[in-house]
Amino acid sequence: MTVPAMVAEVVRKFRANARIVIVGASLAGLRAAETLREEGFSGPLTIIGDEPHEPYDRPPLSKQVLKGWVPADHTKLPRLREVDAQWRLGVAATGLDRATKQVRLEDGEQVPYDRVLIATGTRARQWPNPAEAALEGVYTLRSRDDAARLQQALAARPSRVLIIGAGFIGSEMASVCRELDLPVTVAERGSAPLVGALGGVIGEIAAEMQRDHGVDLRCGVGVSSLEGDADGHVRRARFSDGTTVEADVVVASLGSIRNVEWLEGSGLASGFWGVGCDAGGRAFDINGVVTDSVYVAGDVARAPHVLYEYQFLAMEHWDNAVLGAQAAAHNMVNLEPHYRPHLLLPGFWSGQFGVNIKSVGVPSFGDEIVFTQGSVEERRFAAAYGRRGRIVAAVTFNHGKWLEYYGQLIEESGPFPPPPPGWDRPDDTKPIPAQFPELGVPTAIPEVVLTGHDPSERKAVFRPRR
Amino acid sequence: MAEETPWQQSLRYANRANPYPFYEELRKTPVARQPDGSYVVSTYREVVQLLHDLRVTSDPRKRPEPDQPDNPLEGSIITVDPPQHDVDRRRMTRHFGPPECPHMVADFEPEIRRLTAELLDQMEGKTRIDLVDEFAFPLPATMICKVLGVPLEAIPLFHDWIETALDGIDFGPEANDPEQQRRAQRVPDAVTGIRQFLADLLHQYAEQPGPGMYSAMVNDDGPEGRLPQDVIISDALLLLFAGHETSVNLIAHSVLTMLRHPHVHEQLRHQPELLVPGIEEFLRLESSVQIWHTRAALEDIDIAGTTIPKGAPLFIAYGSANRDPERFENPDEPHIERPDNQHVGFSQGIHYCFGAPLARLEVQIALGEFLRRVENPRLVEDPPPYRRNQIFRGPRHVLLDIDGIRD
Repeated sequence: MTVPAMVAEVVRKFRANARIVIVGASLAGLRAAETLREEGFSGPLTIIGDEPHEPYDRPPLSKQVLKGWVPADHTKLPRLREVDAQWRLGVAATGLDRATKQVRLEDGEQVPYDRVLIATGTRARQWPNPAEAALEGVYTLRSRDDAARLQQALAARPSRVLIIGAGFIGSEMASVCRELDLPVTVAERGSAPLVGALGGVIGEIAAEMQRDHGVDLRCGVGVSSLEGDADGHVRRARFSDGTTVEADVVVASLGSIRNVEWLEGSGLASGFWGVGCDAGGRAFDINGVVTDSVYVAGDVARAPHVLYEYQFLAMEHWDNAVLGAQAAAHNMVNLEPHYRPHLLLPGFWSGQFGVNIKSVGVPSFGDEIVFTQGSVEERRFAAAYGRRGRIVAAVTFNHGKWLEYYGQLIEESGPFPPPPPGWDRPDDTKPIPAQFPELGVPTAIPEVVLTGHDPSERKAVFRPRR
Repeated sequence: MAEETPWQQSLRYANRANPYPFYEELRKTPVARQPDGSYVVSTYREVVQLLHDLRVTSDPRKRPEPDQPDNPLEGSIITVDPPQHDVDRRRMTRHFGPPECPHMVADFEPEIRRLTAELLDQMEGKTRIDLVDEFAFPLPATMICKVLGVPLEAIPLFHDWIETALDGIDFGPEANDPEQQRRAQRVPDAVTGIRQFLADLLHQYAEQPGPGMYSAMVNDDGPEGRLPQDVIISDALLLLFAGHETSVNLIAHSVLTMLRHPHVHEQLRHQPELLVPGIEEFLRLESSVQIWHTRAALEDIDIAGTTIPKGAPLFIAYGSANRDPERFENPDEPHIERPDNQHVGFSQGIHYCFGAPLARLEVQIALGEFLRRVENPRLVEDPPPYRRNQIFRGPRHVLLDIDGIRD
């Protein structure tokens, strides 16, 4: 038998007999499972999820579901093919033992694996004061159940809704409240909505949109306390500037926390920003050495990105979950040189206040912005972000059909400012500072972040040779 | 006389039935300068790139020397740029699809089914049919009348005008042949005729509102107001004409492709659910809009190792891009379940065909019922005779022998 034939035989046997465990039963977990089967993996497959539900789609939760158009339980993700898996839903994973190759579940069971995919995603950051967070009428929005509860609360027509945090989810919720003709106050510690993701220049435009639609938007203030009535229902919020607002629904929209606690002690490079992995989804251990049997995908993954100086990129975006899971799953059942990289140009969309916002690239990587097309006044425009003379990202308001063009410029390291369009030029085409805030306040953490090169909870000890 | 370029050869009428060998030559130079200074873009990557390029105009009036013949669609959304394009397009799509009319296309389904059944019923007892005249043409033509609000009696009238206008337009080496010159001379009268017809119809709807998009357009009280008087007829003409010609050719070509590849015909007969991807594949193989001619470079554009100079007219060769082997494996073969079939049969970017959902539904129903009901269809001649027009390429007739029509 030739060497290539032997290798092929090893891969064939592995695909027939190996045990694969996917931890996380949302978009990334499901698409990974489908890809594994598509790639010919026929061994036992276990999918573990802490929620009791089959995989569902999250983007509609803050939009169509809250509006009451679509019931929260009608968001099940379409299945692209049979996955023939053992589903362990409603039970969280509590540990990963790489020595014995087992995933530990909260009910005490140990699930053995030959390959494991970490796709545990993120959860909503709760209101930091537990007593206040426990008040009736205080919500967060991440899961299907969250959305169902919040939708009911909105349908009961509260006298005022307070949204704490004006990131994308917070802004989308504010938009829904206005569509439902509910009075809404938005409190944002940063200088403007969306400022973490898109910078202060775009943030100002987002702020105007909110105010034009009747949102009581308060920027540069924090909420210092929530107060309840005798029945334990939230009634009032006190702000850092001393003012108060009466509200009977409060939504804390403070960004997300990566679900990595269960990996403590696993020796993986996991921490605040997620689990470090290579561009093929193979997890790093705390020493920065790549592992052979542990893979990562979705919101919880962070990998070096060739376009952004090989900095580790964490992307809480829909297509990152899908494509990252597909790449990781492919690599789980293949060998070099058939590994596939996940080299996604990040992108996302949002709908709020009648405007479709889309972005490509990593805006916060840029320090300058230039309006390239359309009219800010009419809320239809494109703008490019640049850094050191090259384009690194673009954002569009009601101009999404042009993103492809900017995407290609970014992939080619095109010039900044980019060549002007032949028509529909904005009045002002001078680059200006993009005004990204220093990272610090939770709501200033954008959904695509450059997380630097250091896992925050490094436990490896580096002893230089003497 | 210099040897003809692959592009010029592909445009010759004799090659209408099979321009593909010339496209293959053409793609060896993805962006190819022609003797008249225009540039032809024939590869998938470059076509997609230019469809999204901000330095490309779709408006022939912006060319340094607007030497093209009078544009019958002047001012319509397909030949203007943003911002006017965007506003005018919304002024039409709001009467056609989401968010304002999310059910419009789906609600036409029973009508499409009824019409399809009726056309097939009429073939009962025949052993030979003309697929184009008896099926592929009447279905989309009738449907676009219903969508827009055009009286059905007008079909022969506008069909004749459109046919005359299409026959008279030629971008190839035969444009100067005396016979073609005579055809070209008939174009202005045909265009005047159909524009006058539409002007009268729109005027009528302004006086007395009725069903359909035309009436909605002239009486619109939407947030962005009505289409301006000077473009509304061009846009109405665009909807009427693009709203059925392309579907006619797609139905005809789909049947043609199936009958040329019996295994495809069999596969679809046994797995009708594959019609949806199947029709995308037929559209990739035989694109209803082969080329588009109104674009031009507004700046120097570096692409594929060449520089398109500012002002140069561009021909986008959709039909060739859709058979680019760099993008589509085995591009000349129909593969019903082709993965990642992102063809450019409906274009891409801001000028993407907004009638695509209607076209898809019509062709899916038409082809599905054809497969189910027409017994043992055989091509009488292959290739069938083609229409002259190079943009909207399709057979003039497709004669079929059949054993009968099932219930």
